[in-house]
Amino acid sequence: MSDTSGMTLAEKLWAQHVVRSVDGEPDLLYIDLHLVHEVTSPQAFDGLREKGRPVRRPDLTLATEDHNVPTTLGPVTDLTSRTQLEALKANCDEFGIVHHERGHRGQGIVHVIGPELGLTQPGMTIVCGDSHTSTHGAFGALAFGIGTSEVEHVLATQTLPLRPFRTMAITVEGTLPDGVGAKDIILAVINRIGTGGGQGYVLEYRGPAIEALSMEGRMTICNMSIEAGARAGMVAPDETTFAYLRGRPHAPTGADWDAAVDAWRQLRTDDDAVFDAEIVIDGEELSPYVTWGTNPAQSVQLGQSVPDPQTAGDDDAQDAARRALTYMGLEAGTPMREIGVDAVFLGSCTNGRIEDLRLAADILRGRTIAPGVRMLVVPGSHAVRQQAETEGLDQVFLDAGAEWRLAGCSMCLGMNPDQLSPEERCASTSNRNFEGRQGARGRTHLVSPAVAAATAVRGTLSSPVDLTPTDAPQGALV
Amino acid sequence: MEPFTTHTGIGVPMRRSNVDTDQIIPAHWLKRVSRTGFEEGLFSRWREDPGFVLNTEPYARGSVLVAGPDFGTGSSREHAVWALQQFGFRAVLSSKFADIFRGNSGKQGLLTAELDQGDIELIWKQLEAEPGTEVTVDLPARSVVCGDVTAGFRVDDYVAWRLENGLDDISLTLQHDEDIAGYEQQRPGWKPTVTAAVD
Ligand code: SF4
Repeated sequence: MSDTSGMTLAEKLWAQHVVRSVDGEPDLLYIDLHLVHEVTSPQAFDGLREKGRPVRRPDLTLATEDHNVPTTLGPVTDLTSRTQLEALKANCDEFGIVHHERGHRGQGIVHVIGPELGLTQPGMTIVCGDSHTSTHGAFGALAFGIGTSEVEHVLATQTLPLRPFRTMAITVEGTLPDGVGAKDIILAVINRIGTGGGQGYVLEYRGPAIEALSMEGRMTICNMSIEAGARAGMVAPDETTFAYLRGRPHAPTGADWDAAVDAWRQLRTDDDAVFDAEIVIDGEELSPYVTWGTNPAQSVQLGQSVPDPQTAGDDDAQDAARRALTYMGLEAGTPMREIGVDAVFLGSCTNGRIEDLRLAADILRGRTIAPGVRMLVVPGSHAVRQQAETEGLDQVFLDAGAEWRLAGCSMCLGMNPDQLSPEERCASTSNRNFEGRQGARGRTHLVSPAVAAATAVRGTLSSPVDLTPTDAPQGALV
Repeated sequence: MEPFTTHTGIGVPMRRSNVDTDQIIPAHWLKRVSRTGFEEGLFSRWREDPGFVLNTEPYARGSVLVAGPDFGTGSSREHAVWALQQFGFRAVLSSKFADIFRGNSGKQGLLTAELDQGDIELIWKQLEAEPGTEVTVDLPARSVVCGDVTAGFRVDDYVAWRLENGLDDISLTLQHDEDIAGYEQQRPGWKPTVTAAVD
């Protein structure tokens, strides 16, 4: 397609990356950046070895350790984790891929380091063997998760055969009330369209409430697009995007920067473009969202109560709701604010960036967390950790009684030792409240960083408005 | 990849929606670096319950999973597909699959057949009335037969062609090497590379 009038942002990016298009076959799409981590890659590298194939573009491939790494100092004691980390290192050495291992200052969760290094840029196609690759769409990139066979395909060819996605506009109007953030927007969206509502679509988030968000906030939203079933989410690049990128290690410089920005400014949905679906959300109406069930669409506003399964729609949805309540150990009608937690997890590729840590630290400063509550603060990357330490945030967390950890996925998926015990209840800033996600039989409530911090202080699901002023710390009174 | 044309085997009813890949195979099974041995991890948390469908005969020998809507949501782990295949499944029937799961299945030769929910309900009833009923999935005809129930299904034509012929995607793409090289020639020079890292 050479005529770009009447196209959505996603369609423009698609057209710019088509290597080959033939009727009846998927398009062959060029991939600008391929991020690799230890969990979904070993079998892909084995595949290459079996067939004697090289990596076509090691210079467009970056590997990091994140899912398995312990977030405490010391060696990796879990044997299988260590084997997997060693396999990644050996594979990267063999195939000539840059690899950020534990201790490297570019190490961290794959979706945190891409943007941080300036590798994630507008107009790119970005893939990774991880469903939350949708995060990178916050820059106006077409970014989506792939399986291990596709990882092998991209390593071998730097392309993927794909059918075009459909497009959905999600417009968030108005200004967000105080205490409401990006996480609440995306939980509201998923609540509205359901875990399958985005299937087959690229979601483009737009409207005044989205434009007003920082890059961190936009990443939080795009990150959870997959939780609505969409493989990708995007926000058109603007001055906020360019300001974030300028000066980052891999961002273009000099004349290249100008050429890049010129190209990036074209990356907007045309006024006369038509989306396949559209939904509108009134930002003014939002308040903090928390999940009560075992999928991310099972949420309510914090001021509400655990819903009655009988109100959950068809038989199937009612069954699912009942099963979720049993698993979560909750009764319909319980006010969400009365639900006590055992643990709070602040981190992950959804909410483990510096802005998330700052926000939580502002709430925790001068306060202590409730007795009996364990709070883990896990920066999304080594660089986030360093930045937080420079700003003294680590001390705020430690003084409040939280644990300050090294970078990694940690309790987001409980692959490393950071896990919930059976029936332990956790307020978590991560993205999935699936059964057992944070540890076998653990119970997860997805929340924003603000709600996580306030919940840590009060010991029950709370938002900052529930806290007394800083000069009367709560912790001791609970 | 083993070609898939038709398959007949015991149907397993799984009346749940939103079966996510964390349930199909929990994270700690993903630490393996091999491509085998995942059958033990299949639904491992649910299999702790002796009454779980896959723990009961004749379903433990099932090869066609008849699932609720939104099957395979969540993580991109292809291990979910390997686990299903290594347990013995050749096809999954559902009214709605998560995109990444469906894509992964297509690469590995596990057929994901999309049926109308009404037909899924009929097949569930049949399987529950007569446990052990076999389901025949005919890919070229795009049809499923289970007892008295005959239903059509949808699948991407290109994926079906690859499955029927057992073709490997990478070999197909490598035939277009010239197109790829041509595309690379005209990529803007300011696009980032990883090796130029300021470390
Ligand atoms: S933080 Fe969680 S969601 Fe993000 S990449 Fe790691 S495991 Fe996946």
